[in-house]
Amino acid sequence: MPKQQVKSSRGGWLFLVLTLLAYMLLGLANPELTVKALTFFTHVMAQVLPMLGLVFLLIFIANLLLEPKRVKRYLGKESGIKGWVTAVLGGILSVGAVYAWYAMLSELKQKGMRTALIATFLYSRAVKLPLLPLMVHYFGAVYTLVLCLYLIIFSVISGILVEKLSNTKTNKR
Amino acid sequence: MQENNHIKDSLRKTIRTFFNVLPIIVGMLLLTSLLVTVFPEQISAGLFGNGDILDTLLGASIGSIAAGHPLASYLLGGELLGGGVSLIAVTALVVTWVTVGIVQLPAESLLLGTRFAVYRNIISFIAAIGIAFLTVYTLRFFGLN
Repeated sequence: MPKQQVKSSRGGWLFLVLTLLAYMLLGLANPELTVKALTFFTHVMAQVLPMLGLVFLLIFIANLLLEPKRVKRYLGKESGIKGWVTAVLGGILSVGAVYAWYAMLSELKQKGMRTALIATFLYSRAVKLPLLPLMVHYFGAVYTLVLCLYLIIFSVISGILVEKLSNTKTNKR
Repeated sequence: MQENNHIKDSLRKTIRTFFNVLPIIVGMLLLTSLLVTVFPEQISAGLFGNGDILDTLLGASIGSIAAGHPLASYLLGGELLGGGVSLIAVTALVVTWVTVGIVQLPAESLLLGTRFAVYRNIISFIAAIGIAFLTVYTLRFFGLN
Protein backbone atom coordinates (compact mmCIF):
# COMPACT_ATOMS: atom_id res chain seq x y z
CA MET A 1 0.00 0.00 0.00
CA PRO A 2 1.45 3.43 -0.92
CA LYS A 3 2.79 5.54 1.98
CA GLN A 4 0.20 8.32 1.47
CA GLN A 5 -2.65 5.75 1.65
CA VAL A 6 -1.35 4.20 4.89
CA LYS A 7 -1.02 7.71 6.35
CA SER A 8 -4.54 8.71 5.26
CA SER A 9 -6.00 5.42 6.54
CA ARG A 10 -4.54 5.79 10.06
CA GLY A 11 -5.14 9.54 10.13
CA GLY A 12 -8.71 9.02 8.94
CA TRP A 13 -9.60 6.72 11.83
CA LEU A 14 -7.89 9.06 14.29
CA PHE A 15 -9.87 11.98 12.83
CA LEU A 16 -13.13 10.03 13.23
CA VAL A 17 -12.30 9.11 16.84
CA LEU A 18 -11.47 12.74 17.68
CA THR A 19 -14.74 13.92 16.13
CA LEU A 20 -16.68 11.31 18.11
CA LEU A 21 -14.89 12.51 21.26
CA ALA A 22 -16.04 16.06 20.48
CA TYR A 23 -19.61 14.71 20.23
CA MET A 24 -19.24 12.92 23.57
CA LEU A 25 -18.03 16.12 25.24
CA LEU A 26 -20.88 18.11 23.71
CA GLY A 27 -23.28 15.33 24.74
CA LEU A 28 -22.22 15.76 28.37
CA ALA A 29 -22.50 19.55 28.19
CA ASN A 30 -25.60 19.92 26.01
CA PRO A 31 -27.45 16.68 25.09
CA GLU A 32 -30.18 18.55 23.20
CA LEU A 33 -27.71 20.24 20.84
CA THR A 34 -25.92 16.90 20.31
CA VAL A 35 -29.17 15.22 19.23
CA LYS A 36 -29.80 18.17 16.88
CA ALA A 37 -26.31 17.78 15.37
CA LEU A 38 -26.79 14.00 14.96
CA THR A 39 -30.17 14.54 13.29
CA PHE A 40 -28.52 16.99 10.90
CA PHE A 41 -25.75 14.41 10.28
CA THR A 42 -28.21 11.64 9.31
CA HIS A 43 -29.99 14.07 6.98
CA VAL A 44 -26.73 15.10 5.25
CA MET A 45 -25.46 11.50 5.14
CA ALA A 46 -28.66 10.43 3.34
CA GLN A 47 -28.01 13.16 0.75
CA VAL A 48 -24.33 12.29 0.34
CA LEU A 49 -24.69 8.47 0.05
CA PRO A 50 -25.92 8.33 -3.58
CA MET A 51 -23.14 10.75 -4.56
CA LEU A 52 -20.54 8.56 -2.83
CA GLY A 53 -21.84 5.58 -4.79
CA LEU A 54 -21.28 7.52 -8.03
CA VAL A 55 -17.79 8.60 -6.99
CA PHE A 56 -16.72 5.05 -6.11
CA LEU A 57 -18.12 3.81 -9.41
CA LEU A 58 -15.98 6.46 -11.13
CA ILE A 59 -12.95 5.39 -9.07
CA PHE A 60 -13.56 1.77 -10.13
CA ILE A 61 -13.82 2.82 -13.80
CA ALA A 62 -10.68 4.95 -13.42
CA ASN A 63 -8.82 1.99 -11.88
CA LEU A 64 -10.06 -0.23 -14.68
CA LEU A 65 -9.40 2.01 -17.66
CA LEU A 66 -6.85 4.64 -16.67
CA GLU A 67 -3.30 3.40 -16.78
CA PRO A 68 -0.75 5.75 -15.16
CA LYS A 69 0.71 6.31 -18.66
CA ARG A 70 -2.64 7.58 -19.95
CA VAL A 71 -3.27 9.78 -16.87
CA LYS A 72 0.19 11.30 -17.29
CA ARG A 73 -0.57 12.03 -20.96
CA TYR A 74 -3.91 13.78 -20.28
CA LEU A 75 -3.37 15.22 -16.78
CA GLY A 76 0.36 14.97 -16.19
CA LYS A 77 3.21 17.45 -16.63
CA GLU A 78 3.23 17.02 -20.42
CA SER A 79 -0.55 17.39 -20.87
CA GLY A 80 -0.30 21.11 -21.78
CA ILE A 81 -3.44 23.07 -22.66
CA LYS A 82 -5.43 19.80 -22.92
CA GLY A 83 -4.76 19.16 -19.22
CA TRP A 84 -5.87 22.65 -18.15
CA VAL A 85 -9.09 22.44 -20.18
CA THR A 86 -9.83 18.97 -18.78
CA ALA A 87 -9.24 20.15 -15.19
CA VAL A 88 -11.40 23.30 -15.56
CA LEU A 89 -14.26 21.51 -17.33
CA GLY A 90 -14.02 18.52 -14.96
CA GLY A 91 -14.27 20.85 -11.95
CA ILE A 92 -17.25 22.73 -13.41
CA LEU A 93 -19.08 19.53 -14.33
CA SER A 94 -18.33 17.66 -11.08
CA VAL A 95 -21.29 17.54 -8.74
CA GLY A 96 -21.77 16.69 -5.05
CA ALA A 97 -19.71 17.16 -1.92
CA VAL A 98 -16.05 18.09 -2.41
CA TYR A 99 -14.67 15.51 0.06
CA ALA A 100 -16.03 12.73 -2.14
CA TRP A 101 -13.83 14.06 -4.95
CA TYR A 102 -10.68 14.17 -2.78
CA ALA A 103 -10.61 10.35 -2.98
CA MET A 104 -10.83 10.39 -6.78
CA LEU A 105 -8.14 13.10 -7.09
CA SER A 106 -5.91 11.22 -4.64
CA GLU A 107 -6.14 8.14 -6.90
CA LEU A 108 -5.37 10.21 -10.02
CA LYS A 109 -2.45 11.90 -8.21
CA GLN A 110 -0.92 8.49 -7.54
CA LYS A 111 -1.33 7.69 -11.23
CA GLY A 112 0.53 10.88 -12.22
CA MET A 113 -1.98 13.77 -12.24
CA ARG A 114 -0.23 17.14 -12.01
CA THR A 115 -0.60 19.05 -8.68
CA ALA A 116 -1.59 22.27 -10.51
CA LEU A 117 -4.44 20.50 -12.27
CA ILE A 118 -5.77 19.07 -8.97
CA ALA A 119 -5.87 22.60 -7.49
CA THR A 120 -7.46 23.95 -10.69
CA PHE A 121 -10.11 21.20 -10.64
CA LEU A 122 -10.97 22.01 -7.01
CA TYR A 123 -11.16 25.78 -7.68
CA SER A 124 -13.26 25.57 -10.83
CA ARG A 125 -15.85 23.61 -8.83
CA ALA A 126 -16.88 27.08 -7.61
CA VAL A 127 -18.73 27.47 -10.92
CA LYS A 128 -21.85 25.50 -10.06
CA LEU A 129 -23.77 24.91 -13.29
CA PRO A 130 -26.99 23.60 -11.69
CA LEU A 131 -27.06 26.58 -9.31
CA LEU A 132 -26.45 29.29 -11.94
CA PRO A 133 -30.16 30.11 -12.41
CA LEU A 134 -30.42 30.71 -8.66
CA MET A 135 -27.32 32.88 -8.64
CA VAL A 136 -28.81 34.90 -11.52
CA HIS A 137 -32.03 35.20 -9.50
CA TYR A 138 -30.22 36.55 -6.42
CA PHE A 139 -27.43 38.63 -7.98
CA GLY A 140 -28.30 39.23 -11.65
CA ALA A 141 -27.11 37.74 -14.95
CA VAL A 142 -24.22 40.16 -15.62
CA TYR A 143 -22.81 39.71 -12.10
CA THR A 144 -23.01 35.91 -12.48
CA LEU A 145 -21.27 36.02 -15.87
CA VAL A 146 -18.44 38.29 -14.67
CA LEU A 147 -17.95 36.28 -11.47
CA CYS A 148 -17.83 32.96 -13.35
CA LEU A 149 -15.23 34.33 -15.81
CA TYR A 150 -13.00 35.47 -12.93
CA LEU A 151 -13.48 32.12 -11.15
CA ILE A 152 -12.29 30.24 -14.26
CA ILE A 153 -9.27 32.56 -14.72
CA PHE A 154 -8.33 32.29 -11.03
CA SER A 155 -8.73 28.51 -11.06
CA VAL A 156 -5.77 28.34 -13.46
CA ILE A 157 -3.77 30.98 -11.53
CA SER A 158 -4.36 29.19 -8.22
CA GLY A 159 -3.32 25.88 -9.81
CA ILE A 160 -0.02 27.35 -11.00
CA LEU A 161 0.66 29.01 -7.61
CA VAL A 162 -0.21 25.93 -5.52
CA GLU A 163 2.09 23.77 -7.65
CA LYS A 164 4.92 26.32 -7.53
CA LEU A 165 4.70 26.71 -3.74
CA SER A 166 4.37 22.98 -3.07
CA ASN A 167 7.34 22.21 -5.33
CA THR A 168 9.50 25.01 -3.90
CA LYS A 169 9.16 23.49 -0.43
CA THR A 170 9.82 19.97 -1.74
CA ASN A 171 12.93 21.10 -3.68
CA LYS A 172 14.40 22.86 -0.62
CA ARG A 173 14.39 19.57 1.32
CA MET B 1 -7.94 -14.60 -17.86
CA GLN B 2 -5.67 -11.55 -17.75
CA GLU B 3 -8.74 -9.30 -18.20
CA ASN B 4 -10.49 -11.02 -15.26
CA ASN B 5 -7.45 -10.42 -13.08
CA HIS B 6 -7.40 -6.76 -14.10
CA ILE B 7 -11.10 -6.36 -13.13
CA LYS B 8 -10.48 -8.11 -9.78
CA ASP B 9 -7.42 -5.98 -9.16
CA SER B 10 -9.33 -2.75 -9.94
CA LEU B 11 -12.19 -3.83 -7.66
CA ARG B 12 -9.75 -4.64 -4.84
CA LYS B 13 -8.09 -1.22 -5.23
CA THR B 14 -11.49 0.53 -5.17
CA ILE B 15 -12.60 -1.36 -2.03
CA ARG B 16 -9.29 -0.45 -0.34
CA THR B 17 -9.82 3.23 -1.26
CA PHE B 18 -13.39 3.00 0.07
CA PHE B 19 -12.22 1.78 3.50
CA ASN B 20 -9.47 4.41 3.60
CA VAL B 21 -11.87 7.21 2.77
CA LEU B 22 -14.89 6.06 4.79
CA PRO B 23 -13.73 7.27 8.25
CA ILE B 24 -12.62 10.59 6.72
CA ILE B 25 -15.99 11.23 5.06
CA VAL B 26 -18.04 10.13 8.09
CA GLY B 27 -15.79 12.23 10.39
CA MET B 28 -16.07 15.17 7.99
CA LEU B 29 -19.88 15.00 7.93
CA LEU B 30 -20.04 14.63 11.72
CA LEU B 31 -17.77 17.66 12.19
CA THR B 32 -19.74 19.71 9.65
CA SER B 33 -23.05 18.83 11.35
CA LEU B 34 -21.59 19.79 14.72
CA LEU B 35 -20.36 23.19 13.51
CA VAL B 36 -23.52 24.01 11.57
CA THR B 37 -25.60 23.23 14.67
CA VAL B 38 -23.40 25.02 17.19
CA PHE B 39 -22.82 28.13 15.05
CA PRO B 40 -26.02 28.83 13.14
CA GLU B 41 -25.81 31.12 10.10
CA GLN B 42 -27.98 33.82 11.65
CA ILE B 43 -25.12 34.74 14.03
CA SER B 44 -23.00 35.93 11.10
CA ALA B 45 -25.55 38.47 9.85
CA GLY B 46 -25.09 40.76 12.86
CA LEU B 47 -21.30 40.98 12.50
CA PHE B 48 -21.08 43.21 9.40
CA GLY B 49 -21.06 47.01 9.03
CA ASN B 50 -17.38 47.90 9.57
CA GLY B 51 -16.45 49.27 6.13
CA ASP B 52 -15.66 47.56 2.81
CA ILE B 53 -12.27 46.09 3.68
CA LEU B 54 -13.14 44.67 7.11
CA ASP B 55 -16.51 43.44 5.87
CA THR B 56 -14.81 41.72 2.92
CA LEU B 57 -12.32 40.00 5.22
CA LEU B 58 -15.19 38.98 7.50
CA GLY B 59 -17.27 37.73 4.56
CA ALA B 60 -14.32 35.70 3.27
CA SER B 61 -13.68 34.29 6.77
CA ILE B 62 -17.31 33.26 7.32
CA GLY B 63 -17.39 31.62 3.88
CA SER B 64 -14.16 29.75 4.69
CA ILE B 65 -15.54 28.31 7.92
CA ALA B 66 -19.04 27.62 6.58
CA ALA B 67 -19.63 24.09 5.41
CA GLY B 68 -23.20 24.03 4.16
CA HIS B 69 -24.63 23.69 0.66
CA PRO B 70 -23.54 26.51 -1.72
CA LEU B 71 -27.21 27.41 -2.07
CA ALA B 72 -27.16 28.55 1.57
CA SER B 73 -24.43 31.07 0.68
CA TYR B 74 -26.71 32.63 -1.98
CA LEU B 75 -29.56 32.86 0.51
CA LEU B 76 -27.32 34.36 3.20
CA GLY B 77 -25.65 36.63 0.61
CA GLY B 78 -29.04 37.83 -0.61
CA GLU B 79 -30.14 38.56 2.97
CA LEU B 80 -26.90 40.41 3.74
CA LEU B 81 -27.19 42.50 0.55
CA GLY B 82 -30.74 43.38 1.55
CA GLY B 83 -29.43 44.36 4.97
CA GLY B 84 -26.98 46.85 3.46
CA VAL B 85 -23.77 44.77 3.42
CA SER B 86 -21.57 45.61 0.39
CA LEU B 87 -21.59 43.43 -2.73
CA ILE B 88 -17.79 43.01 -2.40
CA ALA B 89 -18.15 41.43 1.07
CA VAL B 90 -21.04 39.23 -0.08
CA THR B 91 -19.05 38.10 -3.15
CA ALA B 92 -16.07 37.22 -0.94
CA LEU B 93 -18.40 35.14 1.25
CA VAL B 94 -20.00 33.36 -1.71
CA VAL B 95 -16.61 32.57 -3.33
CA THR B 96 -14.81 31.34 -0.19
CA TRP B 97 -17.89 29.25 0.68
CA VAL B 98 -17.07 27.00 -2.29
CA THR B 99 -13.30 27.43 -2.68
CA VAL B 100 -11.95 27.47 0.90
CA GLY B 101 -12.72 24.66 3.34
CA ILE B 102 -11.40 25.03 6.87
CA VAL B 103 -13.71 22.24 8.04
CA GLN B 104 -12.64 20.03 5.11
CA LEU B 105 -8.94 20.77 5.72
CA PRO B 106 -8.25 17.56 7.73
CA ALA B 107 -9.83 15.41 4.99
CA GLU B 108 -8.05 17.31 2.20
CA SER B 109 -4.71 17.04 4.04
CA LEU B 110 -5.09 13.33 4.63
CA LEU B 111 -5.95 12.54 1.01
CA LEU B 112 -3.99 15.13 -0.98
CA GLY B 113 -1.16 16.11 1.39
CA THR B 114 -0.95 18.74 4.14
CA ARG B 115 1.27 21.16 2.21
CA PHE B 116 -1.03 21.06 -0.82
CA ALA B 117 -4.16 21.57 1.31
CA VAL B 118 -2.73 24.46 3.34
CA TYR B 119 -1.30 26.33 0.32
CA ARG B 120 -4.46 25.73 -1.73
CA ASN B 121 -6.70 27.12 0.99
CA ILE B 122 -4.51 30.18 1.67
CA ILE B 123 -4.28 30.99 -2.06
CA SER B 124 -8.02 30.43 -2.51
CA PHE B 125 -8.77 32.80 0.40
CA ILE B 126 -6.61 35.57 -1.09
CA ALA B 127 -7.97 34.89 -4.59
CA ALA B 128 -11.55 35.16 -3.32
CA ILE B 129 -10.88 38.67 -1.99
CA GLY B 130 -9.24 39.60 -5.32
CA ILE B 131 -12.19 38.15 -7.27
CA ALA B 132 -14.68 40.01 -5.06
CA PHE B 133 -13.04 43.39 -5.72
CA LEU B 134 -12.43 42.66 -9.43
CA THR B 135 -16.01 41.52 -10.03
CA VAL B 136 -17.59 44.55 -8.41
CA TYR B 137 -15.11 47.03 -9.95
CA THR B 138 -15.58 45.45 -13.41
CA LEU B 139 -19.35 45.91 -13.06
CA ARG B 140 -18.83 49.51 -11.91
CA PHE B 141 -16.37 50.20 -14.75
CA PHE B 142 -18.97 49.19 -17.33
CA GLY B 143 -21.71 51.01 -15.42
CA LEU B 144 -23.55 47.78 -14.69
CA ASN B 145 -23.75 48.01 -10.91
